[in-house]
Amino acid sequence: MNLLNTIIAGFKEVWAQKFRSLLTMLGIVLGVASLVGMSAIIKGMENGMKEAMIAMGGADKVLLEQQDVPPEQEHLADQAPGRTMADVEALRHGAPLVRVVSPEMQVNGLMASRGEKRTWPSEAVGVWPAVLDMNLHTLEHGRFFTELDEENAHAVCVIGTSIRDELFGNPEEVGREIIPLGEIIYLNRQPFTIVGMFQRYESEEDRKRREYEARQPKQAQAGPERARGWGRRGNWAFERKNRTLYMPLNTAWVRFRAASGQDGIPDPRLSDIDIKVASLDLLQPSLQQARNVLFMTHRGIEDFGFRTQENQLDSINQQIRNARMSGGFIAAISLLVGGIGIMNIMLASINERIRQIGICKAVGATGGAIFTQILIESVVISLIGAVLGIAASFGLVQVLAYISPTSNAPVITPFALAVAVAFSGAVGVFAGLFPAVKAARLNPIQALRYE
Amino acid sequence: MALVELRGVSKIYHLGGEEIRALDNVSLDIEPGEFISIIGPSGSGKSTLMHILGCLDTPTRGTITLDGVMVQDASPRQLAAMRNRKIGFVFQFFNLLPKLNVVQNVELPMIYSGVSGRERREKAMAALEAVDLVNRAKHRPSQLSGGQQQRAAIARALVNSPRIVFADEPTGNLDSHTGEAILGLFRRLSTEGRTIVLVTHDPEIAAVTPRRIEIRDGRIAQHVDLTLAGLDRPPRPGFVAEPGTAAPPAS
Repeated sequence: MNLLNTIIAGFKEVWAQKFRSLLTMLGIVLGVASLVGMSAIIKGMENGMKEAMIAMGGADKVLLEQQDVPPEQEHLADQAPGRTMADVEALRHGAPLVRVVSPEMQVNGLMASRGEKRTWPSEAVGVWPAVLDMNLHTLEHGRFFTELDEENAHAVCVIGTSIRDELFGNPEEVGREIIPLGEIIYLNRQPFTIVGMFQRYESEEDRKRREYEARQPKQAQAGPERARGWGRRGNWAFERKNRTLYMPLNTAWVRFRAASGQDGIPDPRLSDIDIKVASLDLLQPSLQQARNVLFMTHRGIEDFGFRTQENQLDSINQQIRNARMSGGFIAAISLLVGGIGIMNIMLASINERIRQIGICKAVGATGGAIFTQILIESVVISLIGAVLGIAASFGLVQVLAYISPTSNAPVITPFALAVAVAFSGAVGVFAGLFPAVKAARLNPIQALRYE
Repeated sequence: MALVELRGVSKIYHLGGEEIRALDNVSLDIEPGEFISIIGPSGSGKSTLMHILGCLDTPTRGTITLDGVMVQDASPRQLAAMRNRKIGFVFQFFNLLPKLNVVQNVELPMIYSGVSGRERREKAMAALEAVDLVNRAKHRPSQLSGGQQQRAAIARALVNSPRIVFADEPTGNLDSHTGEAILGLFRRLSTEGRTIVLVTHDPEIAAVTPRRIEIRDGRIAQHVDLTLAGLDRPPRPGFVAEPGTAAPPAS
């Protein structure tokens, strides 16, 4: 008996008992729907986390950190040079595996003001244009700094949209988007010209919430507008990025740093050096190379260290794994229950058909043929259940997107579908085994006599 | 060589420590083309004999050769193959599959012997033609009368061109008129050269066959063979052969 015929016979048998088969499938349908739905939600979550990760500069960003010297170099601690422009130049020329080097000089406690309005940027930093690549910034309006700006320490700055919102007005409130290019703002009372503005960074979740709120009719509100507070700001990684204020590195040095410092001696140390390696596969060799170069400039004093995003990635992956585990566990249990349902119904079904099985055996069906038939019937039930479950999961995802429009959209992955189908097929085989063996072992004489 | 050779076949069941000899040292030959009836009251062992002859069961002792193949030690799989290719069954309760229509029922044995779809349909229709049931091919068994169902079952038994056909009380569930017609069909098939074994408790039905074997308490009690005397027609009273003296019939 060839396989195709058996499969067709299996379908017929399932079709002949439509309602019962449907009820039997329900367990598998629910199992598959929960498996696929769960993995879609987790995938959405994962996408959100990756997004935040990218907002912070991506996985290949490495921070060159200042560190205390090791104990054996304790006596050299006061000679530790810290991170300076010498390191930056050395890395740029001496470490080919380091793709981008971005020096940063932070101006602490910088206040930006315009008229009565004032704001405190999350970071006010003097930078090179390399920072765009380093922190994955996209300049939407205007320009970034030129070599002339750098050379002459021009009083120019590029701002994030939240700074604009604070100083000029929020598009949602003003009703139009203000692009403050060429406007003067005061940084610690020094006039600076805005030459560029970044795009608005927001997570998918925040964007959806904003769009959702825009669709809602505005509620009448008595009294003055109330402050919205930090709680509504959305993802901190994005908000922090939106509150960035950049100026040329040299500007930061000349206009802010050069006039400060202990005993009138300005501090030449950079607040940060970030590097990006050519390839994540070469992360360790690249860091080794950078370390070698830095040992030259630091005269062997190990007052620095590297912090990669691996920890961050690990923690994301750990969270995803945990979510997958718990979701998979629930789905596995419902698939198991579905499998037991199938086994139950197959046992009932062969009990009803003992006489028919006897007839088939009398006309020459081998035990193997009966076994195959029952097994395929069971697999057919489970696979139809899987298909229905997949359809249900697509519906489920729609419903989820509808009831919580602001969360990360669940994403159904082909991998999840494949796993769901494979799993329910396996459940079908597993559930069909015992009934199939039972049917195959029936004695034809007794089966024929069975009433 | 005979089509079926039974030599010293016994079938012994153990029921609660008690030994039950359903068949006790039975020897029997069936030649190709014979029309033979096995007769006996219920519990006589005639069904057990038919099951063993029909490869549904294996004997406890003794040997059985069917079409040159020793089957007493065959595996279930080999028995299934024998039933499929060399044996046809007709039952008292027709035993058609209720969910399949007539022609699909007739195709059933060929499905297990791996005949292709088109050939299956052709052969099944030919078999239905032979029992004059072509116009009911697409009907469900439940839509047919008893006689029609039995004819469909006969078509199913014949469709794989078996060497031997067993009919177990084929008229037991039919009225006498329809039963006559079915017996007539068997007689016709016999004249076409089929080997047919009729199992019944009813001497009147057994009377249609030229050779009759009466089973009682698991033994052959009486063996009537009209073909020996060239009396290939309904028996006359008083003609009785000695038990257990089955000789090859004159050809």
